[in-house]
Amino acid sequence: MIAFWILAPIMVLAALGILFVRKAVHAALLLAVVMISLAVLYASLDAPFLFAVQIIVYTGAILMLFLFVLMLVGVDASDSVVETIRGQRILAIGAGVLLGTGLVVGLGQISLGTAVGLDDANAPGNIQALADILFSRYVFAFETTSALLITAAVGAMVLAHRERLTPKARQPELAAQRVKDYAEKGTHIGPLPPPGVYARHNAVDTPALLPDGTAAPTSVSRVLIARGTIRSAPATADAIDEIEKQIGWAPHSGGSGAATPPATTDEEAPAAGDGA
Amino acid sequence: MNIQAYVVLSAILFTIGCVGVLTRRNAIVVFMCVELMLNASNLALVAFAKQHGNLDGQIAAFFVMVVAAAEVVVGLAIIMTIFRTRRSASVDDASLLKY
Repeated sequence: MIAFWILAPIMVLAALGILFVRKAVHAALLLAVVMISLAVLYASLDAPFLFAVQIIVYTGAILMLFLFVLMLVGVDASDSVVETIRGQRILAIGAGVLLGTGLVVGLGQISLGTAVGLDDANAPGNIQALADILFSRYVFAFETTSALLITAAVGAMVLAHRERLTPKARQPELAAQRVKDYAEKGTHIGPLPPPGVYARHNAVDTPALLPDGTAAPTSVSRVLIARGTIRSAPATADAIDEIEKQIGWAPHSGGSGAATPPATTDEEAPAAGDGA
Repeated sequence: MNIQAYVVLSAILFTIGCVGVLTRRNAIVVFMCVELMLNASNLALVAFAKQHGNLDGQIAAFFVMVVAAAEVVVGLAIIMTIFRTRRSASVDDASLLKY
């Protein structure tokens, strides 16, 4: 019972979190908390087999499948707050509160008496006893399950399969398309520019600078631009100024030999100037 | 050992899953809430198995898990197909039959 009183509030909070978090990935992680707690509750209810199955099937397979699909669906997975049916959210919450209080109050009225306990039923071991029932009384349902699983596997393959309607574009076609784009729309025919390489920063999220000082949008990945995680090169230069102020050194005022602090070398001073 | 608390917890989780299905817009989160409801019913089944001292409840919970696994596979494949054609995983966007 101690496990129950520790895990029950965690489970309810995590389940409520699924209702309120904005990102689907966070909802999946909260669902993992609920499922692992459920597995522990199964163990405390004398169901060691279901404890293992819950962890392997639910947290191992199903939640990983959820996370995998979230990865494929990607950034778009955030929830919209616009209601399409007016008052639907309020009505849904009202109905939920009614259902919840009805169930809890109703369950509070009944008295179940003391539990019989599974000591007798689990006498030959939980897995052996379960197998005994599964392969005698429930054998037809068990066999039907196999048909269900095969149908599900085939259905998933049919749904996920995409027939190729047009032939795959290969190197000659891609090259011809480039030249065609150049002739018709004036698109740059060569490769895309690489990201900016500066003295203090040369990661792929820093756009290269054009001759007029603006950032070249084609030099960084579209995905990074869509996420808004682009680092601007002048901002990096500002950070360098800040650092130099903190170490008490002003390279722009004097030459490289005018003030030589021990923290930096002479090569970095003109390179930092280039970045700005 | 009283299993009433387990059943009440199962009812609360089921209600939260219900409200989630009704309020959330993202199809994947709606699906997670369906899983939460299935899990809540499983908890009630296992708790009643202990109450009555036989293993039929655990067998039923086992079958629920199998069906849930099959359901998730097909459901997520459907969500992927819809996302591929509409570039959206919102349950409100697939409303062609409305018009």
